[in-house]
Amino acid sequence: MRRIFEVYGALFKVSTAVQLQYRASMVIWLISTVLQPVVYLVVWSNVAESRGGSAGGFTTTDFAAYFIVLMIVDHLTFDWHMWEYDYRIREGLLSPLLLRPLHPIHADIADNIAYKLLSLLVMVPAAVALTFLFRPALDPPLWALLAALPAVLLAAAVRFLTSWAVAMAAFWTTRIDAINNIYFVTELFFSGRLAPLALLPAPLPFIATLLPFRWALAFPVELVMGRLTPRETIMGLLAQLIWVGLSLVLLRLVWRAGVRRYAAFGA
Amino acid sequence: MTYLRILWIYFRLGFLNELEYRINFFVQILQSALSLLVALGGLAVVFNQTDTLGGWQPDELLALVGIYLLMGGIINMVINPSMQRFMEDVRKGTLDFVLTKPEDAQLLVSVRQIQLWKAVDIGLGLALILIALARIGQRVSPTQALLFALALLCGGAIVYSFWLLLATLSFWFVKVENILVIFRSMYQAGRWPVTIYPQWLQVTLTFIVPVAFAVTVPAEGLIGRLTWADLLQAVAAGILLLVLSRLFWRVGLRAYSGASA
Repeated sequence: MRRIFEVYGALFKVSTAVQLQYRASMVIWLISTVLQPVVYLVVWSNVAESRGGSAGGFTTTDFAAYFIVLMIVDHLTFDWHMWEYDYRIREGLLSPLLLRPLHPIHADIADNIAYKLLSLLVMVPAAVALTFLFRPALDPPLWALLAALPAVLLAAAVRFLTSWAVAMAAFWTTRIDAINNIYFVTELFFSGRLAPLALLPAPLPFIATLLPFRWALAFPVELVMGRLTPRETIMGLLAQLIWVGLSLVLLRLVWRAGVRRYAAFGA
Repeated sequence: MTYLRILWIYFRLGFLNELEYRINFFVQILQSALSLLVALGGLAVVFNQTDTLGGWQPDELLALVGIYLLMGGIINMVINPSMQRFMEDVRKGTLDFVLTKPEDAQLLVSVRQIQLWKAVDIGLGLALILIALARIGQRVSPTQALLFALALLCGGAIVYSFWLLLATLSFWFVKVENILVIFRSMYQAGRWPVTIYPQWLQVTLTFIVPVAFAVTVPAEGLIGRLTWADLLQAVAAGILLLVLSRLFWRVGLRAYSGASA
């Protein structure tokens, strides 16, 4: 246990040092992280206004709160390694990583956390600015805020593991962009990114509970919005745990098969 | 005339190149279908809750989405790949091969790389525009058609000049690709009419990143909401940016020192 902390400490230092080199890229990426929720915030505020102030139980200020919280949770949970894996495998960059006495996923986890902590320096001001611009209404009960803590961590785990599993497709195909796009389009509709899930037409909200995407993003947001009962919260946390377990199993299987294939490529 | 001939040559080259990778065509169809799904799905979800968004009817927004796909297709087919290649050439010093050709370097650089299959998006965009017009049911008057065509032309010119301005920066800065990432994510905001955004965002999307001119203004032209004064503004912006990017390009070219210098 102590060893793993030491290892993470070292990986973390490396990641931070590397990422400090790309400060400009960080700001640029954040613009896209901020813009998408702002667009949907504006669209839905317009919808609420056109219906006399509220749509589907959300007022203009509720929508503002929803999408600002969504932006923060999105930032805390996202992972980008699926865009890198294709490159890693094609260029053989995976080989040195495989030689390390440590599963490559650990370096990626450290990378992910380091990036998020660093970019919070830009994210927090962005959230404050949006708060002043859109005046969100947010008044969650204390227990929901406390429950949001594990919910966000689990959401990050679900999202990281599922997207890492999808990234493994790069072992089999070079068309990874197409696969990523399918993943992201599905995610857009079922994660609450496009609209609060309650506003989607009939079977979609139900389908969303069966897929991992809600548990990877919308669930903590709904929790912070104070829209879930304690019972729904516990069920949600359980669903998150189940998805963490499922994707871990999937990841192990796909990783093993993939690495075997990769070795065959290099030989 | 020479310009058109060069354009044609590169189109043919791009066509022949892409024919080697026919699978890409099907991948592109999948990608286009997905972006169509995102656009139409978004509209469906929104209009499930309301009848009008910021004064736009569903069918009018359908036309806007068509223009969004059309313009995006043009960007992704010619402008983006050519400029990416240009920036890479500057970084590697291989731009020499372009500069030694006896034609205008800006023209060569702008049309050199064509991703033919992206034309699927252009076709899709056109189809959506036609469907939207049929559903709106009103006949498009010749004036309206003219306004639309002019606005679209200006939008294209503005987007192209903007892209060239940014790409030209690569003569001084090694990595400017990231700035183009900003444009791409900002272009997504064009899927909705910029008039619904708050003032500060509208200004950003009009003057800092010209999404408004690329999508919203032509759409307004098509559905008969554009006045001649608005069009005049777009034309002025188009001409100004074309001249500006040309001048900037020439300044940048002087800063280029080649691979071995």
